[in-house]
Amino acid sequence: MRILAISGSLRRGSHNTMLLRAAGELLPPEYELVFWDGLRDVPPYDEDVDAGEAPASVTVLREAIWEADAVLIATPEYNSSIPGALKNALDWASRPIATNVFRNKPVAVIGSSAGMFGAVWAQAELRKVLAAMGARVAEVEVAVGHANEKFDDEGRISDDDVRAQLADAISTLLAELEPARVAA
Amino acid sequence: MSTLIEQHTAVPAGTWQADTVHSSVGFEVGYLGISTFSGEFKGFEASLTDGELTGKAPVAGIEVKDENLYAHLQSPEFFDAERNPELSFSGTATGPGAFEGEITIKGVTKPATLAGTITGPVTDAYGNERYALRLETVIDRSEFGIEWNAPLPGGGFALSNNVKLKAELTLVKAA
Repeated sequence: MRILAISGSLRRGSHNTMLLRAAGELLPPEYELVFWDGLRDVPPYDEDVDAGEAPASVTVLREAIWEADAVLIATPEYNSSIPGALKNALDWASRPIATNVFRNKPVAVIGSSAGMFGAVWAQAELRKVLAAMGARVAEVEVAVGHANEKFDDEGRISDDDVRAQLADAISTLLAELEPARVAA
Repeated sequence: MSTLIEQHTAVPAGTWQADTVHSSVGFEVGYLGISTFSGEFKGFEASLTDGELTGKAPVAGIEVKDENLYAHLQSPEFFDAERNPELSFSGTATGPGAFEGEITIKGVTKPATLAGTITGPVTDAYGNERYALRLETVIDRSEFGIEWNAPLPGGGFALSNNVKLKAELTLVKAA
């Protein structure tokens, strides 16, 4: 089973990317975490361009989402909202809206920020956007505030609470892959 | 000369199937606080057997006038068709045009009372005996986990929580 990891941050030392790597280490062995690292290459969404063949970077993103059993997105928060590059990539992924690759896809949103709130507003807006796109948004809560104090020099989580929250979030996301269990 | 249709006071005995070509099942929901949005459930089945009414409709059969809206209604945010592909009702007649039973939407089952009229019988052009059953009920969609909404700039929300479900069934006696 494949979980696609999408970091909303392009920064080399991104805490959100660290958070996703940590999630990969907490996954059961039958799951693999695959990173999509094409965020920088996605052009600004343009409906005129969208009318023709999709840009190669967009095709890569759509295929990565399509092939994944679930998606895990870690987002920073810019001006109380979703980073523009991440929103732009999701806007591309959401087309065509009726049949987009996120439809019924289990997705979990997590996030971290240097401030105290852990990107909670960006996460809330991201969940709203994903639900509108038709994704199956898992109810998870990982908001890592003061992120520079929660990781060690190797980029591993140094805070037990954060590690426990992340483990809970992963288990909630993976439960979404088992409809029978959820429905029971 | 007018035709007088006998108004029955009780549902008929035996097994009666909905003639789905001449029947419809649909919904009406308040939109923007000023109007009504409506749609139909295609592909439904319904039958009445000795006062027991059962019906079901595939979520995939919801008919609205826009493909993106259709996709939104199928999504987890609305009916979640992937997990809950069917809506259903089953209940017992408690009077003329009245049924008490349970309705299941999005995997949630709640008690429901359907009220309306039963008319007939009449013999159709092919010699089949028929009844007409018109039923309505109002549900609170939020109780079934369908909670999507959008706030309006002047206050209030785009979509009412109360949804009227309507069935207009032409019943033909099973052979």
